[in-house]
Amino acid sequence: MKKRLWKTRAWKALGIVLMSITFLFLYTPIIVILTLSVNSSKRAYSFEQFTLQWYVDVFRDPSITGPIVNTISIAILSTIISTIVGTLFAIGIHSLQKKSRIRMMILNNVPVVNPDIVTGISLMIIFSLLSFTLGFTTVLFAHIFFSIPYVILNVMPRLKRLDPNMYEAALDLGCSRYEAMLKVILPNISTGIIAGGLMAFTMSIDDFVITYFTSGNEYMNVSTWLYAVLGRGQSFTPAAYAYNAMIFAITIAIILFINLKKEKKGKLA
Amino acid sequence: MSKKLIELNDISKSFGDLLVLDHFNLYINENEFVTLLGPSGCGKTTLLRLIGGFESPDEGSIIFDGNIINDLEPHERMINTCFQKYALFPHLNVFDNIAFGLKIKKLPKDEIVSRVTQTLKLVKLEGFEERSVSTLSGGQQQRVAIARAIVNRPKVLLLDEPLGALDLKLRQEMQYELKEMQRQLGITFIYVTHDQEEALTMSDTIVIMNEGKILQIGKPEDIYNEPGNQFVANFIGESNILDGIMKEDFLVEINGKPFQCVDQGFSANEQVEVVIRPEDFEFCDPDATHLVGVVDSLLFKGVHYEINVIVEGREYTIHTTKYRAIGDTVGLSVEPQNIHIMRKSKS
Repeated sequence: MKKRLWKTRAWKALGIVLMSITFLFLYTPIIVILTLSVNSSKRAYSFEQFTLQWYVDVFRDPSITGPIVNTISIAILSTIISTIVGTLFAIGIHSLQKKSRIRMMILNNVPVVNPDIVTGISLMIIFSLLSFTLGFTTVLFAHIFFSIPYVILNVMPRLKRLDPNMYEAALDLGCSRYEAMLKVILPNISTGIIAGGLMAFTMSIDDFVITYFTSGNEYMNVSTWLYAVLGRGQSFTPAAYAYNAMIFAITIAIILFINLKKEKKGKLA
Repeated sequence: MSKKLIELNDISKSFGDLLVLDHFNLYINENEFVTLLGPSGCGKTTLLRLIGGFESPDEGSIIFDGNIINDLEPHERMINTCFQKYALFPHLNVFDNIAFGLKIKKLPKDEIVSRVTQTLKLVKLEGFEERSVSTLSGGQQQRVAIARAIVNRPKVLLLDEPLGALDLKLRQEMQYELKEMQRQLGITFIYVTHDQEEALTMSDTIVIMNEGKILQIGKPEDIYNEPGNQFVANFIGESNILDGIMKEDFLVEINGKPFQCVDQGFSANEQVEVVIRPEDFEFCDPDATHLVGVVDSLLFKGVHYEINVIVEGREYTIHTTKYRAIGDTVGLSVEPQNIHIMRKSKS
């Protein structure tokens, strides 16, 4: 009897140790970045003094503001366009016959599981075959392309949960096809559209591989800029840490927002 | 007396290779409660969708109030639909759901409020204006769906198995209320169901359909008492269907024994089918009848017993309030007017 008790205790302790190690590995890098972002020293290995200087530099140091502006403008534009196009695609695919719908969803899922490097290189080849100059436009196109399937994947389940006659009910009550879409379908899939848009935004903002292959020599977002600086053996301004800390904060905010909303919905249902 | 409101002329409709409606003809009068009754897949929902404007016929014409409406959009027809799973709008509350059609038509605000309030009263949902539709029970959602349709004051209301999702008690209550509403509003109701009891209870006219064709049209009493063929007899309630030979007018031979009946106009010795409803059999003295058998099984059904009696190798189903034990020898009698003769189905 006593022996068994001892055994369960040992297993429990082991579990706690393993869990602590896992979380330590997951969160240490984030803590390091957060620490470095308020370190007045430019060297990563020594902490000198607490400062918020780098958070100001994020908006002022021209070496980093350029890439940040690029990253954010690409993210915003590609999110808006891919969310609109993806939602329209999802509505179209949803109204297909079952067989074609399944086929279309398979076509949609291939780019999702496709490794970024394949997508990146193939897009680069296509852009140069079409004699595009690699830069803002090609990066924007690339980001729109890889975001659309994620929007579709988020909107589709919402559409499936709608009452199959809802669109017809709207027509029946006097809506034109366009009004029925706007007044009945869109409001009822809005959570899916928002989730899809947020996903597109986060995918775009932290993309490295695809941007790297489609941006050419001049145009850089934050990740390709960091990579280029490190590649030249130089060190970058700690403002990059501050930028990362801010992105982290925004991501946390988004996750909290989505989860709180879900919880609220769950309570209602 | 009453005016034809909807006419369906020679309608055909296929989905792919499947012929759903086959040269279909039907007219519906003003203020009529018409039920389309048939097994699933018989084309009744498709017919409703053609009238509502959600499908268009491959052939034939749909005439509404004298005009062909084949190519009119649903919102251009003076017809509203109450869908099978209600199709309420979850993003709107009860008031806004019902007001939806009126707002689309851009009616003045005070008229919208008064019409919605009035309709809520009619469907007995006063005080539910601000409730979210997802918090309502099935019966309440059903009422909102009906209110949302009738608030537009259509000339015709289409109902696609609207009570299918409700429990028995609620269903019976709603049957009564729907009938009452139809009388009050003076709207033509076209009601689709596969529940024969529902059809018999509510309708002015029943249209029995199978495989895209009409088998019989008539008043509930006529369809129940004088089914036109074996399918109708089986579909509307339980029946004993026997083979018989028409010896002469008013005389039919069953199992080689003569029975008085009230049918005429058959040729001598014509092979016919005889329908006898289970509740039309009476127990009697075995010596006084041609039908003598042994009780084979007995089920208690509440109001009556369902008793199976084997007579000369054939099973007869009988509904009666009288008890007989299994194994008892019983005689069965039938009144002549309860023996219904049908011509043999061709199939």
